[in-house]
Amino acid sequence: MSRIEARFAQLRREGRGALITFLEAWDPDHDTSAAMLRGMPAAGADLIEIGVPFSDPMADGPIIQAAGKRALRAGATLARTLALVRDFRAGDAATPIVLMGYLNPILSYGTERFCTDAAAAGVDGLIVVDLPAEESDLLAPLAARAGLDIIRLVAPTTTDARMPHVLDGSSGFVYYVAITGITGTRSASGDELAAALPRIRRVTKLPVAIGFGVRTPTQAAEAVRVADAAVVASALIDTMAATLDTRGHATETTVPTVLAGVKALADAVRAARAGM
Amino acid sequence: MNTPIPGSPLPNSLRTGPDERGRFGEFGGRFVAETLMPLILEVEAAYRAARADPSYQAEIERLLRDYVGRPSPLWFAERLSEELGGARIYFKRDELNHTGAHKINSCVGQILLARRMGKTRIIAETGAGQHGVATATVCALFGLPCTVYMGATDVERQKPNVFRMKLLGAEVRAVTSGAGTLKDAMNEALRDWVANVHDTYYLIGTVAGPHPYPMMVRDFQCVIGEEAKAQLQAATGRLPDVAVACIGGGSNAMGLFHPFLDDRSVRLVGVEAAGDGLDTERHAASLSRGRPGVLHGNRTYLLQDADGQIQEAHSISAGLDYPGVGPEHSWLHDIGRVEYAAATDQEALAAFQLCTRTEGIIPALEPAHALAHVAKIAPGMDRDAIVLMNLCGRGDKDIFTVADALGVKL
Repeated sequence: MSRIEARFAQLRREGRGALITFLEAWDPDHDTSAAMLRGMPAAGADLIEIGVPFSDPMADGPIIQAAGKRALRAGATLARTLALVRDFRAGDAATPIVLMGYLNPILSYGTERFCTDAAAAGVDGLIVVDLPAEESDLLAPLAARAGLDIIRLVAPTTTDARMPHVLDGSSGFVYYVAITGITGTRSASGDELAAALPRIRRVTKLPVAIGFGVRTPTQAAEAVRVADAAVVASALIDTMAATLDTRGHATETTVPTVLAGVKALADAVRAARAGM
Repeated sequence: MNTPIPGSPLPNSLRTGPDERGRFGEFGGRFVAETLMPLILEVEAAYRAARADPSYQAEIERLLRDYVGRPSPLWFAERLSEELGGARIYFKRDELNHTGAHKINSCVGQILLARRMGKTRIIAETGAGQHGVATATVCALFGLPCTVYMGATDVERQKPNVFRMKLLGAEVRAVTSGAGTLKDAMNEALRDWVANVHDTYYLIGTVAGPHPYPMMVRDFQCVIGEEAKAQLQAATGRLPDVAVACIGGGSNAMGLFHPFLDDRSVRLVGVEAAGDGLDTERHAASLSRGRPGVLHGNRTYLLQDADGQIQEAHSISAGLDYPGVGPEHSWLHDIGRVEYAAATDQEALAAFQLCTRTEGIIPALEPAHALAHVAKIAPGMDRDAIVLMNLCGRGDKDIFTVADALGVKL
């Protein structure tokens, strides 16, 4: 059983939804992002998504664009992102790690070598934003052979007719992009989410995570009442960015502030289904 | 096997691409986020339906003739040919189109498609501003709101076009991310599109982006090569020996080359921008110095570092300042059907002045790159040889840049 599958099975037994937290690798520097990553499970993150910095993040809003820029300036590469995971894995064998990024750095690294190295580093799943189902054969067979889950995005624009095609060959969980738009901009309403989920559930038994626009503990709680997991990304990066000094460097409040933010989200997610 | 329809591509034709996945060999494709994917498929279905509809074709022909001013003339550049002392040089004068460049050829086709699809808002990216102006123009003609994304650097160096777009009623959004050039403008346009898929049509300016754009823009630009072929036939009774065009994303070159792809006697040469020089770090020559990757929805040659991060391109010409190239060019490069050369900023500036003085035509800095290459090869060719060059834009927009480069204060 994969780490992702095991984690969702465990949470189902506990009767609660998952909090998936996000950080951009090497934002604002290696040591700070490594410390945040190490601290997130204890603060309540059930799964962790690590953004792989890319020069042209077309699906991302200003907050994650800025994070990627800081990370690249600090020296981030795909190889260094894998090293970050390897170091984390040495101290945590259970928390699933999902890499989220764009295709070109993976192509540049070499798809086969990347899948082998990512699995060896302790990566559990991949979200490749600009690799839709139509182009997935470039990576999916290699990922499957290496034991990596391919996590597909489903959007409000994905029609019912298209849904089985999009989810064919996906594993781990399904990532529902709650809005038509880029990251960190607006949020979907509870009603919109409640209407969207049955469309996905009809097609797959995989757990469903809701991302894009989940910012506050209240919104995270709302998300896990209808779905299996809530992904919080831009809001945590916003929290982190507010602690940086004028040159964009980390301060001593950076790590504790972000982890406090994770804890607040986790508390809300854990309490969400009480009394349901 | 069926007998080929007269005039249709031959079985061994190079003109049959892309395949059903939008690929030219291993290039092209549809590398977009799932949010956009259904819309991309809708654009493709709408385009295929439109292409088969005679009323759509008739409306394009009417607009190209009565509004754009096609066919554009073919001009024998006699003094330039004498000056260079070799081949006879012919200009395909797409700079005489309404709005001053070839870009409008594709805008006409795409705005009619957007209307057929019921879209009520148009977005576009622009580098030099020629595509932005052409898009703003057709939006004014059809009364549709238009937002043009343009890198902040380009807004600064192409002020006349920015003002033109505003006069035409478009909103120009300056993009400050990255180096503030065409690549960043395209990122921002894609972000807008994702957020406004319900009512917005993205009118892409070049033969790049996700399928069906490379195919569609090429189809609309093929009018350049088709006209030139017939005009040259009428004027000289034969095909050119060489056809030359500049390459940024590559739309004017694809429009010129495509109708000649199966005429194997015709050498085709695309000229990339070499900026400060191909062996410096400041150029825009993705085919000469890049390697394949994925950006802006398609697999193609890109300027990128060892980690797959896209690098900034550099050229004196804003229209060539792009780190990628249309996927069909990547394929034609790999199979060797088209040669890809490069011209530096300095060579383009020299050619700009040469054309102005010998022919009384102020070319845009983009085709000045093509002319720089023509100036290199023509002297070594026979006097009865023919070089066909696409003069794809006029240079009014560039006079400030050129003055600055020549150290002249206006």
